[in-house]
Amino acid sequence: MFKAIGKQIHLIWSQLVSLWLVFLHIFNKADTVEYPDEMPYMFPRWRGRIILTRDPDGEERCVACNLCAVACPVDCISLQKTEDESGRWYPEFFRINFSRCIMCGFCEEACPTHAIQLTPDFEMAEYVRQDMVWEKEHMLIEGTGKYHDYNFYKVAGKAIGGKDKGEAQNELPPVDRRSLMP
Amino acid sequence: MFSFEVGSLLNIVLILAVGLGASVMMIWVERRFLGFWSDRLGPNRVGPFGCLQVIADAVKMLMKEDWIPPFSDKFVFVIAPMILPIVMLLSLGVMPFAPNIGIMDLNIGLLWIFAMAGLASYSVMLGGLASNNKFALLGALRGAGQMISYEVFMGISVLGVVILSDSFSLREIVEAQADGWFVFPQFFGFIVFMVAAIAESHRWPFDLPEGESEIISGYNTEYSGMKFGLFMIGEYIGMLVMSLLIPILFFGGWMAPFGLEFGNEIISGLFWMGAKTFFFLLFFVLVRAALVRPRYDQLMNYGWLVMLPLALVNLLITGAVVLYQAG
Ligand code: SF4
Ligand code: SF4
Repeated sequence: MFKAIGKQIHLIWSQLVSLWLVFLHIFNKADTVEYPDEMPYMFPRWRGRIILTRDPDGEERCVACNLCAVACPVDCISLQKTEDESGRWYPEFFRINFSRCIMCGFCEEACPTHAIQLTPDFEMAEYVRQDMVWEKEHMLIEGTGKYHDYNFYKVAGKAIGGKDKGEAQNELPPVDRRSLMP
Repeated sequence: MFSFEVGSLLNIVLILAVGLGASVMMIWVERRFLGFWSDRLGPNRVGPFGCLQVIADAVKMLMKEDWIPPFSDKFVFVIAPMILPIVMLLSLGVMPFAPNIGIMDLNIGLLWIFAMAGLASYSVMLGGLASNNKFALLGALRGAGQMISYEVFMGISVLGVVILSDSFSLREIVEAQADGWFVFPQFFGFIVFMVAAIAESHRWPFDLPEGESEIISGYNTEYSGMKFGLFMIGEYIGMLVMSLLIPILFFGGWMAPFGLEFGNEIISGLFWMGAKTFFFLLFFVLVRAALVRPRYDQLMNYGWLVMLPLALVNLLITGAVVLYQAG
Protein backbone atom coordinates (compact mmCIF):
# COMPACT_ATOMS: atom_id res chain seq x y z
CA MET A 1 0.00 0.00 0.00
CA PHE A 2 2.61 2.56 1.09
CA LYS A 3 4.93 1.33 -1.60
CA ALA A 4 2.22 1.90 -4.20
CA ILE A 5 1.52 5.38 -2.88
CA GLY A 6 5.24 6.18 -2.93
CA LYS A 7 5.42 4.99 -6.50
CA GLN A 8 2.54 7.25 -7.50
CA ILE A 9 4.13 10.24 -5.78
CA HIS A 10 7.38 9.55 -7.58
CA LEU A 11 5.49 9.28 -10.84
CA ILE A 12 3.72 12.58 -10.37
CA TRP A 13 6.97 14.21 -9.29
CA SER A 14 8.75 13.08 -12.42
CA GLN A 15 5.91 14.42 -14.57
CA LEU A 16 6.11 17.77 -12.79
CA VAL A 17 9.86 17.90 -13.29
CA SER A 18 9.51 17.28 -17.01
CA LEU A 19 6.79 19.95 -17.20
CA TRP A 20 9.15 22.41 -15.52
CA LEU A 21 12.13 21.51 -17.69
CA VAL A 22 10.11 21.89 -20.86
CA PHE A 23 8.72 25.18 -19.59
CA LEU A 24 12.24 26.53 -19.18
CA HIS A 25 12.76 26.12 -22.90
CA ILE A 26 10.66 29.22 -23.46
CA PHE A 27 13.72 31.26 -22.51
CA ASN A 28 15.94 29.56 -25.06
CA LYS A 29 16.67 31.09 -28.39
CA ALA A 30 15.02 29.18 -31.21
CA ASP A 31 17.30 27.05 -33.34
CA THR A 32 15.32 27.87 -36.45
CA VAL A 33 17.08 29.47 -39.40
CA GLU A 34 14.41 31.45 -41.24
CA TYR A 35 15.69 30.27 -44.56
CA PRO A 36 14.34 32.38 -47.39
CA ASP A 37 14.79 35.55 -45.34
CA GLU A 38 18.09 34.55 -43.88
CA MET A 39 20.56 32.38 -45.73
CA PRO A 40 22.11 29.54 -43.81
CA TYR A 41 25.90 29.24 -43.91
CA MET A 42 26.76 26.73 -46.61
CA PHE A 43 29.99 24.85 -46.05
CA PRO A 44 32.46 25.01 -48.95
CA ARG A 45 32.46 21.26 -49.28
CA TRP A 46 28.67 21.06 -49.39
CA ARG A 47 27.55 18.80 -52.22
CA GLY A 48 25.09 20.80 -54.30
CA ARG A 49 24.62 21.92 -57.89
CA ILE A 50 27.14 20.31 -60.24
CA ILE A 51 29.45 22.36 -62.43
CA LEU A 52 31.88 21.53 -65.20
CA THR A 53 35.08 23.51 -64.92
CA ARG A 54 37.81 24.66 -67.27
CA ASP A 55 41.54 24.30 -66.86
CA PRO A 56 43.74 27.38 -66.24
CA ASP A 57 44.14 27.85 -70.00
CA GLY A 58 40.38 28.16 -70.41
CA GLU A 59 39.82 24.83 -72.11
CA GLU A 60 37.22 22.36 -71.03
CA ARG A 61 38.65 20.02 -68.44
CA CYS A 62 36.34 17.13 -69.17
CA VAL A 63 37.96 14.50 -71.36
CA ALA A 64 34.78 12.48 -71.82
CA CYS A 65 36.22 9.45 -70.10
CA ASN A 66 32.79 8.39 -68.84
CA LEU A 67 34.12 7.50 -65.40
CA CYS A 68 31.60 9.79 -63.73
CA ALA A 69 28.76 8.19 -65.65
CA VAL A 70 29.95 4.77 -64.50
CA ALA A 71 30.39 5.86 -60.91
CA CYS A 72 27.00 7.52 -60.67
CA PRO A 73 24.80 5.26 -58.56
CA VAL A 74 21.60 6.50 -60.18
CA ASP A 75 22.94 6.65 -63.72
CA CYS A 76 21.89 10.20 -64.30
CA ILE A 77 24.93 11.36 -66.31
CA SER A 78 25.08 10.80 -69.99
CA LEU A 79 27.73 12.11 -72.38
CA GLN A 80 29.25 11.49 -75.74
CA LYS A 81 32.93 11.76 -76.54
CA THR A 82 34.26 13.69 -79.48
CA GLU A 83 37.68 15.02 -80.46
CA ASP A 84 38.90 18.36 -81.71
CA GLU A 85 41.50 18.89 -84.43
CA SER A 86 44.35 19.13 -81.93
CA GLY A 87 43.49 15.68 -80.56
CA ARG A 88 41.90 16.81 -77.31
CA TRP A 89 38.97 14.78 -76.20
CA TYR A 90 35.91 16.60 -75.01
CA PRO A 91 32.24 15.75 -74.55
CA GLU A 92 29.98 16.44 -77.50
CA PHE A 93 27.10 16.68 -75.08
CA PHE A 94 27.10 16.31 -71.37
CA ARG A 95 23.74 15.87 -69.71
CA ILE A 96 22.83 15.46 -66.06
CA ASN A 97 19.30 14.67 -65.02
CA PHE A 98 19.05 16.55 -61.75
CA SER A 99 15.69 15.09 -60.96
CA ARG A 100 17.54 11.83 -60.38
CA CYS A 101 20.85 13.10 -59.04
CA ILE A 102 21.21 12.37 -55.33
CA MET A 103 24.13 14.76 -54.84
CA CYS A 104 26.35 11.95 -53.63
CA GLY A 105 29.50 13.42 -55.13
CA PHE A 106 30.74 10.11 -56.49
CA CYS A 107 31.16 11.67 -59.93
CA GLU A 108 33.47 14.29 -58.47
CA GLU A 109 35.54 11.58 -56.80
CA ALA A 110 35.70 9.49 -59.94
CA CYS A 111 36.73 12.30 -62.25
CA PRO A 112 40.44 12.09 -63.15
CA THR A 113 40.59 15.69 -64.38
CA HIS A 114 38.72 17.59 -61.64
CA ALA A 115 36.28 18.62 -64.34
CA ILE A 116 33.05 17.79 -62.58
CA GLN A 117 32.63 19.45 -59.19
CA LEU A 118 29.85 19.95 -56.70
CA THR A 119 29.12 23.41 -55.29
CA PRO A 120 27.32 24.72 -52.20
CA ASP A 121 24.34 25.95 -54.23
CA PHE A 122 21.22 23.95 -53.47
CA GLU A 123 18.38 26.11 -54.80
CA MET A 124 17.55 24.09 -57.87
CA ALA A 125 13.77 23.78 -57.74
CA GLU A 126 11.94 24.02 -61.06
CA TYR A 127 8.32 24.18 -62.07
CA VAL A 128 8.70 21.95 -65.11
CA ARG A 129 10.29 18.58 -64.68
CA GLN A 130 12.02 18.78 -68.03
CA ASP A 131 13.92 21.83 -66.80
CA MET A 132 15.76 19.63 -64.37
CA VAL A 133 17.74 18.05 -67.19
CA TRP A 134 20.83 20.20 -67.57
CA GLU A 135 23.06 20.31 -70.60
CA LYS A 136 26.72 21.18 -70.85
CA GLU A 137 26.12 24.86 -71.56
CA HIS A 138 24.18 25.12 -68.29
CA MET A 139 26.90 23.56 -66.21
CA LEU A 140 30.11 24.70 -67.85
CA ILE A 141 31.65 27.65 -65.99
CA GLU A 142 34.46 29.97 -67.01
CA GLY A 143 36.72 29.24 -64.03
CA THR A 144 38.63 26.41 -62.50
CA GLY A 145 36.35 25.69 -59.56
CA LYS A 146 37.98 24.30 -56.45
CA TYR A 147 41.32 23.29 -58.05
CA HIS A 148 43.04 26.28 -59.51
CA ASP A 149 46.27 24.92 -60.99
CA TYR A 150 45.41 21.51 -62.26
CA ASN A 151 45.64 21.07 -66.00
CA PHE A 152 45.19 17.50 -67.11
CA TYR A 153 46.81 17.69 -70.52
CA LYS A 154 49.82 19.45 -69.01
CA VAL A 155 50.52 16.50 -66.76
CA ALA A 156 49.29 13.63 -68.89
CA GLY A 157 51.49 11.78 -71.29
CA LYS A 158 49.10 12.01 -74.21
CA ALA A 159 50.24 13.91 -77.26
CA ILE A 160 47.89 16.60 -78.45
CA GLY A 161 48.34 19.48 -80.84
CA GLY A 162 50.99 21.86 -79.51
CA LYS A 163 52.30 19.37 -76.97
CA ASP A 164 54.15 16.27 -77.83
CA LYS A 165 55.10 13.33 -75.68
CA GLY A 166 57.65 14.17 -73.05
CA GLU A 167 56.77 17.83 -72.84
CA ALA A 168 54.40 17.58 -69.91
CA GLN A 169 55.31 18.72 -66.43
CA ASN A 170 57.70 16.45 -64.55
CA GLU A 171 58.00 14.33 -67.65
CA LEU A 172 61.17 13.11 -69.33
CA PRO A 173 61.34 12.90 -73.10
CA PRO A 174 60.44 9.41 -74.29
CA VAL A 175 63.34 7.02 -74.49
CA ASP A 176 64.44 6.13 -78.00
CA ARG A 177 64.42 2.39 -77.58
CA ARG A 178 66.73 1.89 -80.60
CA SER A 179 69.42 3.77 -78.69
CA LEU A 180 69.09 1.48 -75.72
CA MET A 181 72.05 -0.64 -76.60
CA PRO A 182 73.95 -2.54 -73.96
CA MET B 1 -31.95 43.55 -24.55
CA PHE B 2 -28.76 45.42 -25.35
CA SER B 3 -27.51 45.73 -21.83
CA PHE B 4 -25.11 43.71 -19.77
CA GLU B 5 -27.30 41.25 -18.01
CA VAL B 6 -27.35 37.48 -18.11
CA GLY B 7 -28.99 36.26 -21.29
CA SER B 8 -29.20 39.55 -23.13
CA LEU B 9 -28.62 39.51 -26.88
CA LEU B 10 -25.45 41.55 -26.47
CA ASN B 11 -24.08 38.96 -24.09
CA ILE B 12 -24.96 36.07 -26.33
CA VAL B 13 -23.36 37.59 -29.39
CA LEU B 14 -20.30 38.67 -27.48
CA ILE B 15 -19.72 35.37 -25.75
CA LEU B 16 -20.26 33.37 -28.92
CA ALA B 17 -17.92 35.60 -30.90
CA VAL B 18 -15.23 35.74 -28.25
CA GLY B 19 -15.55 32.07 -27.40
CA LEU B 20 -15.33 30.91 -30.98
CA GLY B 21 -12.65 33.45 -31.79
CA ALA B 22 -10.59 32.48 -28.78
CA SER B 23 -10.77 28.78 -29.48
CA VAL B 24 -9.84 29.35 -33.11
CA MET B 25 -6.96 31.60 -32.17
CA MET B 26 -5.94 28.95 -29.69
CA ILE B 27 -4.89 26.78 -32.61
CA TRP B 28 -2.29 29.36 -33.49
CA VAL B 29 -1.32 30.14 -29.89
CA GLU B 30 -0.86 26.45 -29.21
CA ARG B 31 1.36 25.87 -32.21
CA ARG B 32 3.37 28.98 -31.45
CA PHE B 33 3.98 27.98 -27.86
CA LEU B 34 4.66 24.37 -28.77
CA GLY B 35 7.30 25.85 -31.02
CA PHE B 36 8.82 27.94 -28.26
CA TRP B 37 8.87 24.99 -25.92
CA SER B 38 10.75 22.89 -28.41
CA ASP B 39 13.20 25.66 -29.36
CA ARG B 40 11.44 26.40 -32.63
CA LEU B 41 9.53 29.45 -33.78
CA GLY B 42 6.18 27.96 -34.70
CA PRO B 43 3.99 29.44 -37.43
CA ASN B 44 5.06 33.06 -37.87
CA ARG B 45 4.63 33.85 -41.53
CA VAL B 46 0.94 34.62 -42.12
CA GLY B 47 0.15 38.07 -40.79
CA PRO B 48 1.86 39.76 -37.84
CA PHE B 49 3.57 37.05 -35.75
CA GLY B 50 1.67 34.53 -37.84
CA CYS B 51 -1.61 35.21 -36.09
CA LEU B 52 -3.56 34.77 -39.33
CA GLN B 53 -2.28 31.22 -39.64
CA VAL B 54 -5.73 30.00 -38.68
CA ILE B 55 -7.23 31.64 -41.75
CA ALA B 56 -4.68 29.92 -43.94
CA ASP B 57 -5.52 26.63 -42.22
CA ALA B 58 -9.23 27.21 -42.71
CA VAL B 59 -8.77 27.98 -46.39
CA LYS B 60 -6.72 24.82 -46.74
CA MET B 61 -9.37 22.74 -45.02
CA LEU B 62 -12.22 24.19 -47.04
CA MET B 63 -10.39 23.61 -50.29
CA LYS B 64 -9.66 19.99 -49.49
CA GLU B 65 -11.75 17.25 -50.97
CA ASP B 66 -14.63 16.53 -48.65
CA TRP B 67 -14.69 12.81 -49.07
CA ILE B 68 -17.31 10.48 -47.67
CA PRO B 69 -16.01 6.92 -47.89
CA PRO B 70 -18.40 4.71 -49.89
CA PHE B 71 -18.12 1.96 -47.28
CA SER B 72 -19.14 4.21 -44.39
CA ASP B 73 -22.51 4.69 -42.79
CA LYS B 74 -23.07 7.99 -44.54
CA PHE B 75 -25.71 9.63 -42.36
CA VAL B 76 -23.91 8.96 -39.08
CA PHE B 77 -20.61 9.80 -40.70
CA VAL B 78 -21.86 13.29 -41.50
CA ILE B 79 -23.62 13.83 -38.19
CA ALA B 80 -20.78 12.72 -35.90
CA PRO B 81 -18.37 15.63 -36.37
CA MET B 82 -21.15 18.14 -35.78
CA ILE B 83 -21.94 16.83 -32.33
CA LEU B 84 -18.63 17.78 -30.77
CA PRO B 85 -18.58 21.55 -31.47
CA ILE B 86 -22.31 21.85 -30.80
CA VAL B 87 -22.22 20.31 -27.34
CA MET B 88 -19.05 22.15 -26.48
CA LEU B 89 -20.66 25.47 -27.46
CA LEU B 90 -23.71 24.51 -25.43
CA SER B 91 -21.56 24.03 -22.36
CA LEU B 92 -20.05 27.44 -23.03
CA GLY B 93 -23.56 28.74 -22.49
CA VAL B 94 -23.71 28.12 -18.75
CA MET B 95 -20.36 29.72 -17.96
CA PRO B 96 -20.43 32.80 -15.77
CA PHE B 97 -17.74 35.09 -17.14
CA ALA B 98 -18.20 38.06 -14.84
CA PRO B 99 -20.99 39.61 -12.82
CA ASN B 100 -23.90 40.00 -15.28
CA ILE B 101 -21.98 38.36 -18.09
CA GLY B 102 -23.20 34.96 -19.17
CA ILE B 103 -25.75 33.37 -21.45
CA MET B 104 -27.82 31.42 -18.98
CA ASP B 105 -27.66 30.77 -15.26
CA LEU B 106 -28.83 27.23 -14.86
CA ASN B 107 -29.12 26.13 -11.27
CA ILE B 108 -27.71 22.81 -12.50
CA GLY B 109 -24.91 24.40 -14.51
CA LEU B 110 -22.30 21.91 -13.42
CA LEU B 111 -24.50 18.94 -14.24
CA TRP B 112 -25.26 20.52 -17.60
CA ILE B 113 -21.58 20.62 -18.40
CA PHE B 114 -21.13 16.98 -17.44
CA ALA B 115 -24.11 16.04 -19.55
CA MET B 116 -22.63 17.87 -22.51
CA ALA B 117 -19.24 16.31 -21.96
CA GLY B 118 -20.95 12.95 -21.90
CA LEU B 119 -22.66 13.69 -25.21
CA ALA B 120 -19.33 14.74 -26.67
CA SER B 121 -18.09 11.19 -26.36
CA TYR B 122 -20.82 10.19 -28.82
CA SER B 123 -19.06 12.27 -31.42
CA VAL B 124 -15.94 10.20 -31.04
CA MET B 125 -17.80 6.91 -30.81
CA LEU B 126 -20.14 7.48 -33.73
CA GLY B 127 -17.43 8.98 -35.87
CA GLY B 128 -15.25 5.94 -35.35
CA LEU B 129 -18.06 3.45 -35.81
CA ALA B 130 -19.51 5.04 -38.92
CA SER B 131 -16.14 5.19 -40.63
CA ASN B 132 -16.13 1.42 -40.95
CA ASN B 133 -12.38 1.33 -40.63
CA LYS B 134 -10.31 -0.76 -38.26
CA PHE B 135 -8.25 2.09 -36.94
CA ALA B 136 -11.24 4.35 -36.54
CA LEU B 137 -12.99 1.58 -34.63
CA LEU B 138 -9.99 1.14 -32.34
CA GLY B 139 -9.92 4.88 -31.76
CA ALA B 140 -13.61 4.96 -31.01
CA LEU B 141 -13.26 2.06 -28.57
CA ARG B 142 -10.45 3.78 -26.78
CA GLY B 143 -12.33 7.06 -26.80
CA ALA B 144 -15.45 5.52 -25.35
CA GLY B 145 -13.58 3.69 -22.61
CA GLN B 146 -11.46 6.64 -21.70
CA MET B 147 -14.16 9.28 -21.65
CA ILE B 148 -16.65 7.21 -19.73
CA SER B 149 -14.19 6.16 -17.06
CA TYR B 150 -12.66 9.58 -16.65
CA GLU B 151 -16.06 11.18 -16.46
CA VAL B 152 -16.82 9.10 -13.38
CA PHE B 153 -14.21 10.61 -11.15
CA MET B 154 -14.37 13.97 -12.86
CA GLY B 155 -17.88 14.15 -11.43
CA ILE B 156 -16.78 12.89 -8.04
CA SER B 157 -13.86 15.28 -7.85
CA VAL B 158 -16.05 18.37 -8.11
CA LEU B 159 -18.56 17.12 -5.55
CA GLY B 160 -16.27 18.58 -2.89
CA VAL B 161 -16.73 21.98 -4.44
CA VAL B 162 -20.47 21.42 -4.59
CA ILE B 163 -20.55 20.50 -0.90
CA LEU B 164 -18.58 23.61 0.06
CA SER B 165 -20.62 26.01 -2.04
CA ASP B 166 -23.91 24.21 -1.51
CA SER B 167 -24.94 24.70 -5.12
CA PHE B 168 -24.68 23.29 -8.62
CA SER B 169 -24.96 26.71 -10.21
CA LEU B 170 -21.61 27.87 -11.49
CA ARG B 171 -22.34 31.49 -10.65
CA GLU B 172 -23.10 30.61 -7.05
CA ILE B 173 -19.98 28.49 -6.89
CA VAL B 174 -17.91 31.50 -7.92
CA GLU B 175 -19.70 33.74 -5.47
CA ALA B 176 -19.08 31.23 -2.69
CA GLN B 177 -15.36 31.71 -3.25
CA ALA B 178 -15.47 35.39 -2.28
CA ASP B 179 -13.53 34.62 0.90
CA GLY B 180 -11.10 32.00 -0.29
CA TRP B 181 -10.56 30.01 -3.44
CA PHE B 182 -11.61 26.38 -3.37
CA VAL B 183 -8.24 25.24 -4.63
CA PHE B 184 -6.92 25.31 -1.05
CA PRO B 185 -9.54 23.18 0.72
CA GLN B 186 -10.05 21.12 -2.43
CA PHE B 187 -6.46 20.65 -3.55
CA PHE B 188 -6.80 16.95 -4.34
CA GLY B 189 -10.11 17.60 -6.00
CA PHE B 190 -8.33 20.13 -8.17
CA ILE B 191 -5.58 17.70 -9.14
CA VAL B 192 -8.06 14.98 -10.05
CA PHE B 193 -10.23 17.42 -11.94
CA MET B 194 -7.27 18.77 -13.85
CA VAL B 195 -6.22 15.30 -14.99
CA ALA B 196 -9.78 14.39 -15.84
CA ALA B 197 -10.26 17.63 -17.74
CA ILE B 198 -7.29 16.87 -19.95
CA ALA B 199 -8.57 13.34 -20.51
CA GLU B 200 -12.10 14.58 -21.13
CA SER B 201 -11.04 16.92 -23.90
CA HIS B 202 -8.86 14.02 -25.12
CA ARG B 203 -5.82 16.14 -25.54
CA TRP B 204 -2.21 15.11 -25.12
CA PRO B 205 -1.09 13.12 -23.22
CA PHE B 206 -4.52 11.49 -23.12
CA ASP B 207 -5.05 11.57 -26.86
CA LEU B 208 -5.33 7.81 -27.10
CA PRO B 209 -8.49 7.96 -29.24
CA GLU B 210 -6.33 9.69 -31.85
CA GLY B 211 -2.92 8.25 -31.08
CA GLU B 212 -1.30 9.21 -34.37
CA SER B 213 1.77 7.08 -33.87
CA GLU B 214 -0.25 3.99 -33.05
CA ILE B 215 -3.55 4.05 -34.91
CA ILE B 216 -3.01 6.64 -37.66
CA SER B 217 -5.52 9.21 -36.50
CA GLY B 218 -7.95 7.07 -34.55
CA TYR B 219 -11.59 7.93 -34.79
CA ASN B 220 -11.08 10.64 -37.40
CA THR B 221 -8.91 8.60 -39.74
CA GLU B 222 -11.49 8.70 -42.54
CA TYR B 223 -12.40 12.35 -42.11
CA SER B 224 -11.06 15.04 -44.37
CA GLY B 225 -11.67 18.65 -45.12
CA MET B 226 -14.07 20.60 -42.99
CA LYS B 227 -15.46 17.50 -41.28
CA PHE B 228 -12.10 16.94 -39.75
CA GLY B 229 -12.01 20.66 -39.09
CA LEU B 230 -15.17 20.32 -37.00
CA PHE B 231 -13.57 17.64 -34.86
CA MET B 232 -10.57 19.84 -34.42
CA ILE B 233 -12.44 23.01 -33.56
CA GLY B 234 -14.64 20.98 -31.21
CA GLU B 235 -11.56 19.81 -29.41
CA TYR B 236 -10.32 23.36 -29.05
CA ILE B 237 -13.66 24.62 -27.78
CA GLY B 238 -13.59 21.72 -25.34
CA MET B 239 -10.19 22.85 -24.18
CA LEU B 240 -11.56 26.36 -23.71
CA VAL B 241 -14.53 25.03 -21.75
CA MET B 242 -12.27 23.05 -19.46
CA SER B 243 -9.93 26.01 -19.00
CA LEU B 244 -12.91 28.16 -18.06
CA LEU B 245 -14.26 25.54 -15.72
CA ILE B 246 -11.06 25.13 -13.71
CA PRO B 247 -10.87 28.82 -12.67
CA ILE B 248 -14.62 28.88 -12.03
CA LEU B 249 -14.56 25.84 -9.79
CA PHE B 250 -11.25 26.25 -8.03
CA PHE B 251 -9.72 29.67 -8.65
CA GLY B 252 -12.51 32.05 -7.84
CA GLY B 253 -13.73 32.69 -11.37
CA TRP B 254 -13.79 36.42 -12.01
CA MET B 255 -12.65 37.31 -8.48
CA ALA B 256 -9.42 39.26 -8.54
CA PRO B 257 -6.53 37.70 -6.60
CA PHE B 258 -4.99 39.71 -3.73
CA GLY B 259 -7.70 42.35 -4.11
CA LEU B 260 -6.23 43.55 -7.41
CA GLU B 261 -9.62 44.73 -8.56
CA PHE B 262 -9.75 47.79 -10.79
CA GLY B 263 -12.39 49.97 -12.40
CA ASN B 264 -15.76 48.58 -13.20
CA GLU B 265 -16.38 45.20 -11.63
CA ILE B 266 -17.45 43.76 -15.01
CA ILE B 267 -14.27 44.90 -16.72
CA SER B 268 -12.01 43.72 -13.95
CA GLY B 269 -14.00 40.48 -13.77
CA LEU B 270 -13.62 39.84 -17.47
CA PHE B 271 -9.93 40.65 -17.26
CA TRP B 272 -9.23 38.25 -14.43
CA MET B 273 -11.40 35.54 -15.90
CA GLY B 274 -9.57 35.91 -19.19
CA ALA B 275 -6.18 35.89 -17.51
CA LYS B 276 -6.92 32.77 -15.52
CA THR B 277 -8.39 31.01 -18.52
CA PHE B 278 -5.39 31.89 -20.63
CA PHE B 279 -3.11 30.54 -17.94
CA PHE B 280 -4.85 27.19 -17.99
CA LEU B 281 -5.00 27.11 -21.77
CA LEU B 282 -1.24 27.55 -21.79
CA PHE B 283 -0.95 24.86 -19.17
CA PHE B 284 -2.83 22.50 -21.48
CA VAL B 285 -0.32 23.33 -24.20
CA LEU B 286 2.62 22.85 -21.85
CA VAL B 287 1.29 19.45 -20.87
CA ARG B 288 1.07 18.58 -24.52
CA ALA B 289 4.61 19.73 -25.09
CA ALA B 290 6.12 17.92 -22.12
CA LEU B 291 4.38 14.66 -21.32
CA VAL B 292 4.29 11.41 -23.22
CA ARG B 293 1.24 9.35 -24.01
CA PRO B 294 0.67 6.45 -21.59
CA ARG B 295 -0.19 2.97 -22.71
CA TYR B 296 -3.90 2.25 -22.71
CA ASP B 297 -3.82 -0.14 -19.74
CA GLN B 298 -1.72 2.37 -17.80
CA LEU B 299 -4.34 4.99 -18.53
CA MET B 300 -7.13 2.77 -17.27
CA ASN B 301 -5.20 1.64 -14.21
CA TYR B 302 -4.35 5.22 -13.41
CA GLY B 303 -7.95 6.27 -13.72
CA TRP B 304 -9.58 3.56 -11.70
CA LEU B 305 -6.86 2.68 -9.19
CA VAL B 306 -5.40 6.09 -8.40
CA MET B 307 -7.70 8.90 -9.44
CA LEU B 308 -10.98 7.35 -8.38
CA PRO B 309 -9.83 6.47 -4.83
CA LEU B 310 -8.23 9.89 -4.50
CA ALA B 311 -11.45 11.61 -5.54
CA LEU B 312 -13.48 9.43 -3.18
CA VAL B 313 -11.19 10.09 -0.22
CA ASN B 314 -11.29 13.78 -0.99
CA LEU B 315 -15.07 13.72 -1.08
CA LEU B 316 -15.22 11.74 2.15
CA ILE B 317 -12.94 14.10 4.04
CA THR B 318 -14.68 17.20 2.71
CA GLY B 319 -18.05 15.82 3.74
CA ALA B 320 -16.78 14.90 7.20
CA VAL B 321 -15.23 18.33 7.78
CA VAL B 322 -18.35 20.15 6.60
CA LEU B 323 -20.54 18.01 8.81
CA TYR B 324 -18.22 18.55 11.77
CA GLN B 325 -18.20 22.31 11.27
CA ALA B 326 -21.97 22.35 10.97
CA GLY B 327 -21.98 20.72 14.41
S1 SF4 C 1 26.40 13.51 -57.48
FE1 SF4 C 1 26.09 11.30 -57.48
S2 SF4 C 1 24.06 11.04 -58.34
FE2 SF4 C 1 24.67 13.13 -58.85
S3 SF4 C 1 25.58 12.96 -60.88
FE3 SF4 C 1 27.24 12.75 -59.40
S4 SF4 C 1 27.45 10.55 -59.09
FE4 SF4 C 1 25.45 10.88 -60.05
S1 SF4 D 1 33.51 14.83 -66.03
FE1 SF4 D 1 35.36 13.84 -65.41
S2 SF4 D 1 34.83 11.71 -65.10
FE2 SF4 D 1 33.14 12.65 -66.23
S3 SF4 D 1 33.60 12.19 -68.36
FE3 SF4 D 1 34.45 14.22 -67.91
S4 SF4 D 1 36.55 13.79 -67.32
FE4 SF4 D 1 35.48 11.84 -67.19
